[in-house]
Amino acid sequence: MNPDQAQAVLRDALRDIAPDADLAVLDPEEDMRTAFDLDSVDFLSLVEAIATRTGVEIPESDYRTVRSLRGMVDHLAARSPG
Amino acid sequence: MTTYRDAIRESIRDALTRDDRVFLMGEDVGRYGGAFAVSLGLLEEFGESRIRDTPLSEAGFVGAGIGAALGGMRPIVEIMTVNFSLLALDQILNSAASILHMSGGQFNVPLVIRMTTGAGRQLAAQHSHSLECFYAHIPGLRVLAPATLADARGMLWTALEDPDPVVIFEHGTLYNLEGELPSDAGVVDIHSAAVRRPGTDVTLITYGGSLPTCLSAAEALAAEGISAEVIDLRVLRPMDDETVYESVCRTHRAIAVDEGWRSVGLTAEMAARVSENCFYDLDAPIGRVATVEVPIPYAKHLEQAALPGCQRIVDAARQAVGVHG
Amino acid sequence: MGDFRMPSLGADMSEGTLLEWHVHPGDAVHRGDIIATVDTSKSAIDIEVFEDGQVEELLVAPGATVAVGTPIARISDGGLHRDVRAPEAQSPLAPSPEAQSPAAEAPKVTAPAVESPAAEKVVVGRPHASPLARRRAAELGIDLGYVQPARRDGVIGVGDVDARAAEIAAAASTATVTVPPAPAERPTREPRQAPKRDEAAMRQAIASLMARSKREIPHYYCQQAVDLHLALAWLQAENSRRPVAERILPAALLLKAAARAARSVPEINGFCVDGSFTASARVHLGVAVSLRGGGLIAPALLDADDLPLAELMTRMKDLVTRARGGRLKASEMSDATVTVTNLGEQGVESVLGVIYPPQVAVIGFGRIAERPWAVDGMLTVRPVVTVTLAADHRVSDGHRGGQALAAIEAALQAPENL
Repeated sequence: MNPDQAQAVLRDALRDIAPDADLAVLDPEEDMRTAFDLDSVDFLSLVEAIATRTGVEIPESDYRTVRSLRGMVDHLAARSPG
Repeated sequence: MTTYRDAIRESIRDALTRDDRVFLMGEDVGRYGGAFAVSLGLLEEFGESRIRDTPLSEAGFVGAGIGAALGGMRPIVEIMTVNFSLLALDQILNSAASILHMSGGQFNVPLVIRMTTGAGRQLAAQHSHSLECFYAHIPGLRVLAPATLADARGMLWTALEDPDPVVIFEHGTLYNLEGELPSDAGVVDIHSAAVRRPGTDVTLITYGGSLPTCLSAAEALAAEGISAEVIDLRVLRPMDDETVYESVCRTHRAIAVDEGWRSVGLTAEMAARVSENCFYDLDAPIGRVATVEVPIPYAKHLEQAALPGCQRIVDAARQAVGVHG
Repeated sequence: MGDFRMPSLGADMSEGTLLEWHVHPGDAVHRGDIIATVDTSKSAIDIEVFEDGQVEELLVAPGATVAVGTPIARISDGGLHRDVRAPEAQSPLAPSPEAQSPAAEAPKVTAPAVESPAAEKVVVGRPHASPLARRRAAELGIDLGYVQPARRDGVIGVGDVDARAAEIAAAASTATVTVPPAPAERPTREPRQAPKRDEAAMRQAIASLMARSKREIPHYYCQQAVDLHLALAWLQAENSRRPVAERILPAALLLKAAARAARSVPEINGFCVDGSFTASARVHLGVAVSLRGGGLIAPALLDADDLPLAELMTRMKDLVTRARGGRLKASEMSDATVTVTNLGEQGVESVLGVIYPPQVAVIGFGRIAERPWAVDGMLTVRPVVTVTLAADHRVSDGHRGGQALAAIEAALQAPENL
């Protein structure tokens, strides 16, 4: 999965959780939880949605790095098969 | 076949037989057989101690009846017409209806007063008025208006069993009402109203002498496709509101019919109760059909014109349903 | 069963707008079935039926706003159909409802109360209409100004309103259904959209309830910092064994601990009505959920103290998702016995809540953050949460409140028991 694909997966997963979230205007280093007003249930739902779409189960210990757009995309690109 | 008059006589005979504390008292009830022949033959059957002719003094003999009731008897006092009962109104209101209350519940007055009411027989103003509302106004009284043979036969005994004073109004035009009465016809309740004809479009609320008129009106309305329900109140105090409300909430329209005058009368009371309790179920203003506000005339055509006749009831129902707006 | 009435879904609700019917006349319904969705200005609520029976008639069309207590449907006792009276004598307004044969009268579904474009205003100003006509028009959402009276005196009767409703129904594509289709043949319902929320109305509802709370309830407050290192370590170990979909959030632990405390200190769990308090034997934990775009709703997690942690987590996720999607059930809206607010999710250190009347307490959790923490005379760093309690002084005192907070702390030190 290349970074563009990873970003597409993320955008799709976010749509149900935060319909008003716009990745295009997001600072890639910013904490998405703050930027999109995600609480812990929302964030868990995001992790779940990503697992469903890609098979990548992000462990809790990696939450710190996947909070930003860049961290998430890198994580997915590195771990997804193909 | 039997008549309303016979049914009442039979109810008096039955009461005299069942309970030796019962006696009948009033003007001309003995030798003359009653002004309307209700008690014809009873003097011969039961004797002077139980069928008692009185002087022409309503205040006197109603007062005597109250005293007898307080003393343990079960008197039936007959007053010739409601117009004359005004002479005894002091006794009825200030004594009969009040003693239980004023004695702190120590003395009740188990008295039954029967009287004729209503017009239609060319007896003129002093013998023809419908003053039931005067009595229905008084706490402490139960006021009955038998309009059928069964009620004429059955109400008296229940009234005698009531520990408090009961006033029974017999409409003069009903005495000759004929019909079949089962030989085992017995006592009836004196608290409920009755639906005499079921219907769906409008409820005619009435009692006593106006019941046959309302039933005729309902028949005429049916011919026009308007289904009228007819309620016979039977008891004017305390009124059985639930039967009325149940009906009006189904038909959404009500007409109150009474031979009393319209102002401050029973139609006003019925209309007020319905509007207080069924307002949001009403689809038309409550109609009232009552006697024109004049002393009842003697002349036949004038008398008939003054009374709440069939045509006026039909017109009021049509207006409520919106046929003749 | 008879009339099914617009339920009260909270102390601040005086009327509701019917959004959608989920049943048709003729349908059999069972206790617990969702038969309608109602908008209460705070949320769209799914309304459950409490008895078995059969839907006879839907009295209120979608879009109509009616007062709490207004009959919105007639539901007969299941299966007990008696042909007591000719069907035309039936009326939804009869005080003693009688069942009617389903074959006797074609059930009718009233179409949405939209004004057909062809309609012209008949009357300008307040039209003359009978009380019943006015009531029926309000129930069906019909503007009396468009109703043509049949009476010669120009007064609108209930028949005119019904005629107008039929006209609208005929005009709308969802025309009158005379025979309900068998369940198997019923077309699949469109996926349900989250209903549009009226934010101004919601703000007004919150304002009125919170103003009442501050006006009537003498709040007292206490707070306590709680070390979560045992709880979070246990949770981390637990979650490492679980697939993503079954992971448990710290919030679930906090809710469970709060529910346990509410059970052990009954003075914070129940309702105070007219100055008199009734403790609740069950703990229905109101969970304050902030809504995207503003607003707040606190649906109940029923019997939260008895739920195993994993189950509580699942229910919480479901509840939050449905609250934000505007899909709550009536019992969740009205039954909370104590509320928890979890503003710490959004970063604040602590939150002192405002009690939802007629409840008597609100428990607040701040952000879980690393703090310096003294242990056995040594300074160390621990994840700490500040727990607060705002409670009704008419019902309990600070001492009892403190015991509730101590119970929460104790529960969080033994997470394996939660």
